[in-house]
Amino acid sequence: MIKVGIVAYGIIPFTRDEQKIESILLKSAKNLFDNNPEINRDDIDAILVSTNNNSKYLAPILSEMVGIQPKIAHSIESLCNSGTNSIVSAYSYIASGLADMILISGAERNDSPGQILEWDNSRGEFKHPIFWASIFTKSYKRKFSISDEQLAMVSVKNHKQAKENPNALSQKTFTIRDVMNSKKLTDDIRMLDCSRPCTGSASILLASEKMAKKITDSSVWITGIGQKTTSAGFTKNTSFSSMESTKIAGYAALKMANHNIREIDVVEVHDAFSVCEPMALESLGFSKSGGGTSMIKELYETNNFKINPRGGLIGSGHPFGATGIAQTIEITQQLQSKAKNRQVDNAKIGLVHNMSAAATSSTVLILEK
Amino acid sequence: MSFESELLRGKFCIPECTVCKKIVWPPSEFCNHCLGQVSLKKGNFTGKIIEFSKQNEEYFCIVEFENTIRLMAKMLQIPKIGQIVKISKCGISNESYFFCVS
Repeated sequence: MIKVGIVAYGIIPFTRDEQKIESILLKSAKNLFDNNPEINRDDIDAILVSTNNNSKYLAPILSEMVGIQPKIAHSIESLCNSGTNSIVSAYSYIASGLADMILISGAERNDSPGQILEWDNSRGEFKHPIFWASIFTKSYKRKFSISDEQLAMVSVKNHKQAKENPNALSQKTFTIRDVMNSKKLTDDIRMLDCSRPCTGSASILLASEKMAKKITDSSVWITGIGQKTTSAGFTKNTSFSSMESTKIAGYAALKMANHNIREIDVVEVHDAFSVCEPMALESLGFSKSGGGTSMIKELYETNNFKINPRGGLIGSGHPFGATGIAQTIEITQQLQSKAKNRQVDNAKIGLVHNMSAAATSSTVLILEK
Repeated sequence: MSFESELLRGKFCIPECTVCKKIVWPPSEFCNHCLGQVSLKKGNFTGKIIEFSKQNEEYFCIVEFENTIRLMAKMLQIPKIGQIVKISKCGISNESYFFCVS
């Protein structure tokens, strides 16, 4: 199988602004090309667009806007993990020899239709994500005797880390008391426990080893991929206090990369809500069951940015189609020692965890220098 | 007669495969195990509270029926984990199913 590397990336600040989807797609792609003038756009033979936006034919539109006539151009949608699904698709095209270099651009507007999964009628009238998150939170707190204050530390840590990320939606820090006093959405979820839908875009360029080596000597390689979809409906989850799809995807990705979880230096996990971060850390094996919040507290107190250095979804904002790509860019920057104030020392191996619809589907990537 | 037409009449039925007898949930025209035709089982079913939370004065619960079907339902009284409940009201509103249990 052909080795696949990340050779360039572009990203724009995440905002609450109203912008056309085509415009924000173009802006992150332009940022990629502006930062990497050595790239010959004629060498790009596929363009993939990751979004939940209802606009049609976005990959050919982006192709035309950046002056490329690719062999392959199409959109990919899988709610919140559209971004890493697009990266996996691009990886497959390159690994199989169907393409040599692929531009993947993810974008979302703050009014994205990806927030509500209309099909899932097993949720009854409770289709907004705060309801599955409340059930996860209540179940997790009950099973492991965890308090709201312990979970609030996730938001405190990730907002603090987002302050070092110039592209993050939030540039404010909060205390545990601030999180506890923020607007109560349900008995188990407060406003500051939530990632916020927003407008944002991120682009990444993948290439075969042969092509990558022509462009840069600092490629980051995708060495492990794991994916699992257990269902589409939230109520089919076998547990509401752990993530089954994440366990399976994480195991598969580490096996493919021939690493174990202790070797991972830096991590992006899908903290759509506070409770998701400890659940993901436990399901991936970074912590024993119920121990995720203790790990998060220790990381915060020691100013260790290992988990969600860019501020996670809670601090950075969550433009669904761009999130998985932004997470992958962060780990790439970390492995290239380009993460500035967010830099985790001596990071050699990184992990990206991106999931959708109450962890019914998860993607895990392992990246290496 | 479909699950939704019955639900519109305020009746909760259990979709079951006519071939392998597996319960099919969420409701579908065909069984997701053997792809057989699905029919509806009528009855006054009891469910069990699996988990719950609260928004304003209303509780929302995960309720399990027949050890298989799980749905989210509204409840006005304080729920207890493991409590046995029945559907007191159900239907379709604004294109979404709704269920109340007591």
